[in-house]
Amino acid sequence: MSEDKKTTAIDLKNLKAGGFIKERGKDLFTVRLRVPGGRLPVERLKKIAEVAGKYCQGNVHLSVRQSVELINVNFKDFDAVVAELGEGDQRVASCGARVRVPTACGGCEYNPNGLVDTQKSALEVDEKLFGTPTGHHKFKVSFAGCPFDCPKSATNDVGFQGAIWPELNMDDCIGCGLCAKSCSDGAITLDDNKRPVFNPDHCTYCGDCVKVCPTEAWQAAKRGYTVRIGGKWGRYPLVGTLYATFLPEEQAVPFIAEVLAWYNEKAEGRGRVRIGDIILQEGPESLLERLRSKFPESVVEATIPPQVISTQIGTRSIPQ
Amino acid sequence: MKTIDLRGVSCPTNFVKAKLALELVETGGQVEFLLDDGEPVKNVPRSLKAEGHKLLGLKETEGYYTLTLEKGEE
Repeated sequence: MSEDKKTTAIDLKNLKAGGFIKERGKDLFTVRLRVPGGRLPVERLKKIAEVAGKYCQGNVHLSVRQSVELINVNFKDFDAVVAELGEGDQRVASCGARVRVPTACGGCEYNPNGLVDTQKSALEVDEKLFGTPTGHHKFKVSFAGCPFDCPKSATNDVGFQGAIWPELNMDDCIGCGLCAKSCSDGAITLDDNKRPVFNPDHCTYCGDCVKVCPTEAWQAAKRGYTVRIGGKWGRYPLVGTLYATFLPEEQAVPFIAEVLAWYNEKAEGRGRVRIGDIILQEGPESLLERLRSKFPESVVEATIPPQVISTQIGTRSIPQ
Repeated sequence: MKTIDLRGVSCPTNFVKAKLALELVETGGQVEFLLDDGEPVKNVPRSLKAEGHKLLGLKETEGYYTLTLEKGEE
């Protein structure tokens, strides 16, 4: 090697959590930005636009997980991109076998369907667990504010869905019937005296009855997250199944940490395998037990393995 | 009592029309809205409650609903 051979100086610490993804073209990378819950302060968005204008080639890409991705960035510009984004408090996201940036819907602050503060939860998870190496495969978390589930939470490794358990105080009921009319799931019917009858087996915890009730006769007796585990998409999709109901919002981070600990142990030596595939092999009981010991108030009695979605192409095989 | 017929008007136009109609009503005044079954009767009452109006009752009439409400504070 000749002595005047130029080498590029790059701060490798910036690459630790990933977020720099090789592109097709020589020297070019995508820089994935960290935007938990998909909410961006306008000032940060302006900073991103400024940096993109300087280092991209005319476009950015909006990822399916609510990130802005700077595309066509030359790897020699990594340090400058990171430094200039940092001036606007914008950080780079993660990729690979790590806890990814959580996604979330708008949540309860402005979305009339929202039952819980998904944006707050997404920020907490991002702050506490972002980039944690799983030792195995990617690990995705998502927060939906209500059972509409716009973020498709159950297709994540851990998916949270806002929920409330309604309770009727009959003394305050005026028999208007709005609750029965509002209930999409047939969980409220009216008796002969036009009084609501609650059929809990049909309730999906959406809270529409509480929201429409003119006299506040319907109240939220419990509020929190419905939690599903083991979902994924990709070549061999799985839909996660139920592990907890009405998990208090402040327990989302410790709950995920416990799931991660189980994943870490059980997937030992298996290489690149998602938690849903591990549960398919192991059965859900040991994870359920472990979670029950920590979150006895919220963990369900029993659950089922992740639900296999047939894509009709290829054959699922799980590393042993 | 004023009656606003919102039948045949879909979401969210029916809600916006309800809001416009309520601009002409004094606080505490009562209005009734005629709403189609389905999305309108599910959504409009809830949205009007969230805007601070007091829902008084819902009555089913052949194929549609009559929602009575009292206008809340401006």
